[in-house]
Amino acid sequence: MSGTPSAFNAMLGWARKFSLFHYPFVTACCGMEYMSAACAHFDLDRFGAGLTRFSPRQADLLIVVGTVSEKLAPVLRTVYAQMIEPKWVIAFGACAVSGGIYDNYAVVQGIDTLIPVDVYIPGCPPRPETVLDGLIKLQDKIRLQDQDWRWTKRRS
Amino acid sequence: MDEATLLTGLRAALADGVLAASKAPDDVPALTIRPEALLPLVRTLRGRPYGLDVLLDLTCLDDPASAVRFTVVYHFASFAPPARLRVKLPAAGDAPAVDSLTPFWANAAWLEREVYDLFGVRFKGHPDLRRLMLHEGFAGHPLRKDYPDRRRQPVAPEEEAP
Repeated sequence: MSGTPSAFNAMLGWARKFSLFHYPFVTACCGMEYMSAACAHFDLDRFGAGLTRFSPRQADLLIVVGTVSEKLAPVLRTVYAQMIEPKWVIAFGACAVSGGIYDNYAVVQGIDTLIPVDVYIPGCPPRPETVLDGLIKLQDKIRLQDQDWRWTKRRS
Repeated sequence: MDEATLLTGLRAALADGVLAASKAPDDVPALTIRPEALLPLVRTLRGRPYGLDVLLDLTCLDDPASAVRFTVVYHFASFAPPARLRVKLPAAGDAPAVDSLTPFWANAAWLEREVYDLFGVRFKGHPDLRRLMLHEGFAGHPLRKDYPDRRRQPVAPEEEAP
């Protein structure tokens, strides 16, 4: 806590964890599992993450779903830079986490080599329950963190 | 036209440009030709009576153990009457160059860029021989057998805003 009153911090954390606007950066087959988790059957909206924004400038949660090739790396960096603070990142699936089975010349070996990642969701692809578990873990992380309510830039 | 007639006819048209002619195990008739015979062959193929006027695929093999390291492989087809032909073109040297087929087929442009990108085979007469799959800063040609399979390179650089 850097001078933020703790009750105010808790209130902000509670508000932020239930109002995640996510931007799906979907590149590969994990996208089907993302759609399954986001749509009515499993329903991310139950956890306050129902509003999918297709502009990074309106989003505060970046979900990187699928394989990121080295040619795509600057695009992912730009998308992350365009998001407003505060912002969080989920690496969805084995390829986003570590490159997955694609240990070759063309694929980024984990998006954390490019941008900071808050929650890693493993699986090839992850089951929707795993996705919901990852989202809940991110919510816990948001609730407990210093809310940085002056909106200073936390990271580059 | 049956395959035997096709192969015999092309052999006659190209004379010593043909190194070998055979039927491959997958029943596609195959020709191995000298590099300088490629353009005469293509002109013959596209005209009557063959009508093989579709370039289905253009790819490459790297066999470091062989006397001629790279083999560029072309797949041609005709829809009416149905026919197929595979042409293999041994390309000598570590940085070989073969004739481009872009004057005949527009789709050859991207196929040749892909082979150039991944194998480092150059195509003489190609209007825009740049990398197709990888970014411009990539060093080497990753489908060559001597490319280290665990080698990491820097990712594509940020592009300046227009």
